[in-house]
Order: sequence, then structure tokens, then C-alpha cells
Amino acid sequence: MPRTEKTSPETWLRVTPQGLYCAAGDFYIDPHRPVERAVITHGHADHARAGHDAVLTTPGTAVIMRSRFGAGAAKTYDEAAYGETRSFGDATVRLAPAGHILGSAQVVIEHAGTRVVISGDYKRRRDLTCDGFEPVPCDLFVTEATFALPVFRHPPDGAEIRKLLQSLARNPDRVHLVGVYALGKAQRVIALLREAGYDRPIHLHGALTALCDLYAAQGIALGPLRPVGRESKKGFAGEIVLCPPSSLRDRWSRGFPNPVTAMASGWMRVRQRARLRGVELPLILSDHADWDELTATLHDVQAPRVWVTHGREDALVHYARSHGIEAEALSLVGREEEGA
Amino acid sequence: MKAFAALLDGLVYTPSRNGKLRLLADYFRTTPDPDRGWALAALTDGLDQRHAKPALVRGLVEARVDPVLFRLSYDYVGDLAETVSLIWPDDGTAADTPLRLGDAVAALQTAGRSEVPALLEGWLDSLDADGRFALLKLIMGGLRVGVSARLAKTALTRLGGAPLVDSVSLAEIEEIWFGLEPPYVSLFAWLEGRAGPPPVDRRIAFRPLMLANPLEDGALETLDPDEFRAEWKWDGIRVQLVAGGGERRVYSRTGDDISAAFPDIVAAMDFDAVVDGELLVLRDGAVAPFNHLQQRLNRKRVTRQMLADHPAHVRLYDMLFDGDEDLRALPFDDRRVRLDDWMRRESPGRMDLSPLVPFRAWDDLSALRADARANGIEGLMLKRGDSPYTAGRPKGPWFKWKRDPMLADCVVMYAQRGHGRRSSFYSDFTFGCWRPDDDGKPELVPVGKAYFGFTDAELAELDKWVRGHSTERYGPVRAVEPGLVLEIAFDSVHRSARHKSKLAMRFPRVHRIRWDKPHHEADRLETLEKLVAE
Ligand SMILES: [Zn+2]
Ligand SMILES: [Zn+2]
Repeated sequence: MPRTEKTSPETWLRVTPQGLYCAAGDFYIDPHRPVERAVITHGHADHARAGHDAVLTTPGTAVIMRSRFGAGAAKTYDEAAYGETRSFGDATVRLAPAGHILGSAQVVIEHAGTRVVISGDYKRRRDLTCDGFEPVPCDLFVTEATFALPVFRHPPDGAEIRKLLQSLARNPDRVHLVGVYALGKAQRVIALLREAGYDRPIHLHGALTALCDLYAAQGIALGPLRPVGRESKKGFAGEIVLCPPSSLRDRWSRGFPNPVTAMASGWMRVRQRARLRGVELPLILSDHADWDELTATLHDVQAPRVWVTHGREDALVHYARSHGIEAEALSLVGREEEGA
Repeated sequence: MKAFAALLDGLVYTPSRNGKLRLLADYFRTTPDPDRGWALAALTDGLDQRHAKPALVRGLVEARVDPVLFRLSYDYVGDLAETVSLIWPDDGTAADTPLRLGDAVAALQTAGRSEVPALLEGWLDSLDADGRFALLKLIMGGLRVGVSARLAKTALTRLGGAPLVDSVSLAEIEEIWFGLEPPYVSLFAWLEGRAGPPPVDRRIAFRPLMLANPLEDGALETLDPDEFRAEWKWDGIRVQLVAGGGERRVYSRTGDDISAAFPDIVAAMDFDAVVDGELLVLRDGAVAPFNHLQQRLNRKRVTRQMLADHPAHVRLYDMLFDGDEDLRALPFDDRRVRLDDWMRRESPGRMDLSPLVPFRAWDDLSALRADARANGIEGLMLKRGDSPYTAGRPKGPWFKWKRDPMLADCVVMYAQRGHGRRSSFYSDFTFGCWRPDDDGKPELVPVGKAYFGFTDAELAELDKWVRGHSTERYGPVRAVEPGLVLEIAFDSVHRSARHKSKLAMRFPRVHRIRWDKPHHEADRLETLEKLVAE
């Protein structure tokens, strides 16, 4: 890219009540209120909202948005494959894989010789259900920080899935209820189970079936899946049932006799957090980068400046500054911890 | 250490009491001496490590990890052992020479103060995260795995050695507990039927207390008033006085020896008996507010001044032993007669009888309870006339019937991180009421602190609110902007010099979270002042 006269990114990229706004191209990134032009990093509800006029996103995210919000989620979609560029005003935009969930992207913006990368949510480890994160060298990196504390180190996925399979072997008389976020986590857990050789049907809470079907239709093999019907919940001993985290403790789950309650989330790393949620079998499986991945990424993208958002900003800002990177916290309202 | 780590992990994640009992019993059954005894000591809070203090552990970790990152992590996780275990640099290669729990304890006990840091550091390097957690919990205490000392002892009763026909009961273990020392080798030998009971001096033994259940709504209708006796429920602390053979002990409800804090009571125990009663501060025959008694608690030594200003007294309501005679199998009515006779005979100083409250029908008692606003009275106790003195909390014979609490709407001012399973949540709330400041403008003054009365789901919401509305941080405490109203229930309110509001609530708890209530409509201090029990 031409690196002639560099501009300071804050002159053309700033936080507004609608969200992060690129003045050079007159568009918003993951705005949480309806806008004329939005670039959407991925389909989680705290990033993709309904009601925009024009949306630029990946084909994967467009499918998810249509499925979640119906046809009226946006007036027009511009679906860009990873690497394709678009021009808006004086800015060019392309999307790069973020490794978070199906269709997830980083937003790469170039304007006046300066390149900014907005990571969206991301992780660095392998995920069978989406393309892997691509580090893009840049002048300013806007990073998420969901797990930005050095206590968060996600163990290898395989070891966590083994914990689930071992528990299943030890408790063949008990159904295993696994709390998973509906978009991304559910499908990744299924894919990991299949990779570990588990080939029995996996049972799904009603809230998970549509997104699992969507992934399968995108060519991601999930094996045999069975919706849990309204009938008796007695016949599931020794089976795996996936449900949204909120259902682990509601009336729906109380229908299962003597379940092992599991939860797949990065938060499970902290015992007392897991315990408070009444989880008996914590599985540390996250779609967000852990501390080591976050700090490694700062070095990989070689950006002299970093803006930190979406979580525990303090620690990552401190880390960046003590490694000679200019860093500040960027507070974006309306971000939740979905999919963590 | 691996087995102990697995035990702690299992206990953390097993919600049910029976599940925990099974894990504990399995551990005690399969772990050799002395490891299991040290684990038992850690679970019952009996392990005293002189040199391995939290400050030392913090020092070690801050030498390895950026102190700012450590502080931020600790602030989030809340528990020191857990934070250190997770943050300790780890290349994923745990040593294959496993550290034995008994060896670790022995090494710490023989090590000099200056040798402890290197010892600890070496172990932390050789263990994985779960092992580090177990080690740190072992040496720093405060396990917070949802196991009370009583539950750990209950698990011991399930050990049952094969040759034993009758297994040892919890009451039997509790009766000799005061005379046992870790690592409890003789206790395990007895439990497994390999030896008789460990020899202890039973004359000064604590006898496990009989406890009452709260009276549930509507339960009275199912009870026959003729079968029950009523007493006032005194607002002090339950004690057991044990005297005989030249020895005297004041035991707390849990069997802790608190004699040293109450030399006035000990001096008056010139008898040979075991009696049960309420410890109070009494002046001119009137019970002082509970916070006066609190000033006498947890002291290793008491000044003459303190003894004169806060004279202690025991109001007796039951008798367990008269000399060597065990009265516990007798019905309550008979024990009461024995207690009355004994009082007439011995008339010990600093003690009197808790009178029986006469009544015919439950309505008589309801009326008395509603009016019971006198100092020192928390409500009523109902005891079946035919009830033997049974250790524990048997269902049916004894009930406590507290009077209805007072209520006030208060504004949250500070929040502090909790303990145990709530350690990463802001769960302890300091709240205040409004009063006019010097210019007549409303200001908040703190009136109390509460840390329970809400569900886990509500706690998560409160935590989120606190994190979103904090104005300042001081270590584990955050100041928050006025905005959240809690309806606080409390038993009474007293004058207190220690608080800026000059008031202190007794037993405050969150009754309801008033998300709906504007904070400027919360109660004023003058409303609370009208409720003060003088
Ligand atoms: Zn996301
Ligand atoms: Zn997100």
C-alpha cells in the first residue's frame, strides 16, 4: 500500500453514540443503532443489529443475519468475500478472517496512507467451523479484550472435550446437559466432539436447531443431530444434550432426571464463577482470544498504536504500553459478552 | 497433592451435600496417613502455618508477574490462591515427582522463616494450576469449597471399617474433637475399626449443641400448643459452660473455647456441671444491645475497664450434665426441673434462668411476639416438653420464632467483593440513608452493610450494576454513584459511636432490590432514629 503522507487515524475514525464511525468513508463498524451504512464483523447480537440501510459483510454473516432477523434486517447487503476490496468515499475497505465464528471478519480500512484494522471478536486457535484469523500488519489495531487478564489461559480444546467424554463414560446413567451459546459455540462443540470420534446423535434444545442447520447448510459437517421434543425427558441417560446457558437452570432442564450440568465457556476458567452458575462440569472452551493470544496478536500485527475495547481494557492497555505500544481504552457502549 | 487437588475441585463443582459427602469419604478412605489427616485439618480450619502468609505468596507472585497485571487479575478473580494458581507462569510441564501433602506440611513445619519462600516457589513451579491451587489453599486456609467443618466430620462417619458393626456417629466425633490434633492418626484408626476411641480428657469436653429450626409460615397450625413450652429468644450468643475437676471452659456454639475473653464468667463457674445458655451484657438487670457484647468477643485478653463497662452474664435454659450424670436423654421438662433445682442449690453469680413464658393458645404467643420490642429479645423459642437433648438440628422438637424484621429503603454507597463462591462478585453492600448536610442539602450517610438476601441471579445483576456505576476503587471496594435502592430488613437498630450516622443495625439483610425506586425517595436518617432501641 502507498505509505506516503500518513494521517492520524483519530481525525477520521471515532466513537459516536451509534458506535465506531469512519468519517473518511462515511460508514459505521458494528453500530448498535440503525445507520445508513454499516460494516458488520460477525453475526453475534452485540455486533449485528437489524434496521440498517446498507450492510457490507461476509456471505457467512449475511446468511446468519437473515436467519436471525428475517429478510428485513437490512435494505441491501453487499457480500464481500475475504480479501475483496470496496471503496467508500476516500476509504477502501476489505474483510479478513477473524477466526471467531462462521463468517466472522476483521475490518481493514485504508485511508490516506494509513491502515487501520478493527479486529471484531477473534481467536487464534484452530476452529473447524470457520476460517482462521489472519494477522494484518497495520498502523492502528482496534482489538477486543474479553479475556484480557493473564489468569485467562484457555487449555487445549481437545483436553476439554476429553473431560466431557470421560465424564460421560464415568456416568453412563446421567444425561450430560452442556450449556453453549447458540451461535458459534454450539457448532464448534459439536465439531470437536465429532473430531474426537463421538458419533452418537447429539441432542439439541429448540433454540439451537436453526443455527446448527444453517452451519450444516454452509457445508460444515456436524453429524447426526436430534431436537429434544416436548415429550418426556427421561430417555437421555448417557447422552449429550446441548442447550443455551440460560436453560441450564430453568424449567426446561429440570425435566431431565439427575443431569450432569456442563458449560462451555472461557469464563469457566475461574472456579468461583463456574460454581456460582451451578456448573458441575466446567469446559473451558472459548471463541475469544485468551491472554496469550491477545498479546501475541499485538506483536503479530506490529501496530505502533492500539485501541482496546470490549472487556477488560486496563490490563491489555498496560501490557501494550509496557511493550512500547501506544495504547488507550476505547469505550463502546452496548457490548455484551455473548459467545464468550 | 494431586488427590487433594482433585478433591477440592470436585467439592467446588458438586452442589449437593450428598455428593460432597461421597467425595470426602472416598478421599479419606483411599488416602494414606498422614496426608488425609492434614487434608482434614485444612477442611476443618485446624492447620496453622506460621510462615506461609498471604503477604509472602503475593511477594512471590509479584516477583514473577507484572504487579499491575497481578493486581487487576486479583481484583477480578477475588481469591488469592485461585489468582496465583492461574497466573503463575507455567510452561505446561508439571514435574513427575509428585509432591505429597504430608511432606509439604512437614517441610513447612521444620523450615525456618527464611527458607519458606524458596520452598514454596519450588513447589509452585513443579505443580500444575490445580495443584498450585490446592497447595495454596492448604497453607493459607480459607478453602471456600462449600464444606463446613461439620460436613467434613460427617463424612468421617461414613468411613466405616469392615470389622465394625456400628459406625462411629457424628456426635461421638464432635465430643472428642476438642482433644484431637492433626494429622488425626488415632482418629482414623478408630474410625476404621483398628483401635478404640482416642483417649481424651472428657471432663472438659464440648458437647455438641441441640439447635432449633426456624418456624415456617403456617407451621403452627400443625402443632399442639399443649406439647410445647415457650422461652424468650435472647439476642446474645449461645454458649455452653463446662466445669468440673478444677477445669472451666466457655464454649461457643461451634465448640470454640472462648474462656479467655470472659474471665468474669469463668470466675463464677464454681460448680460441676454442663449448662446451656445465652451470653449477654447485662447492666442493672437490663440486657444491653448486641453490639456491646460484640466488643467483648474475639479478644485474647480483656482490660479491667472492659470488664467493668461491659459486664457479661449468662441466661441459662438447659442442663446437659449435673456432676457426672448425663441428663441429655431426659425430656425437656425434666431437665428444666433439674436446672431449676440446681440453680436454687448452687446460685452461681453472673447467671440467671431464662423464664418459661406461659401461654394457652398460639394466639397468646403471637401477641407477645408482636410486642416484643424490649432490648435483648429477638422473638420466641418453642420447645417440645418431651424432647431429649439431641445434638444437631433435629426436625420437629425445637423452633425459633423470630419477630418480624423492621424495614428501611437504603441507597447503595459502596460495594465490596465477596468471599467463597462469590469472590469475583461485588456482593457486600454498604448502604446509607439521607440527611441534610450543613447547607441543608441532602447527603447520604452509611447506616449498615449487608451481604445476603438475594439470589445468585440477582447477585449477577447487582455485580453488573456496581461495575457499571462505580466512581472510585479502593482495593476490593468500589464507591458507586447513588442510584440503587435496597429494601433492608433488620432486627433492631442501636446507637453506635463507630458509625458516622451514629446508628448501627442488627442483622441487616437485603429484603428486596428496589430497581424501581428512585434513590432520592429512599428513607431519611430521622426515620431510622425513631426505631432506635434505647
Ligand atoms: Zn462475538
Ligand atoms: Zn462481541
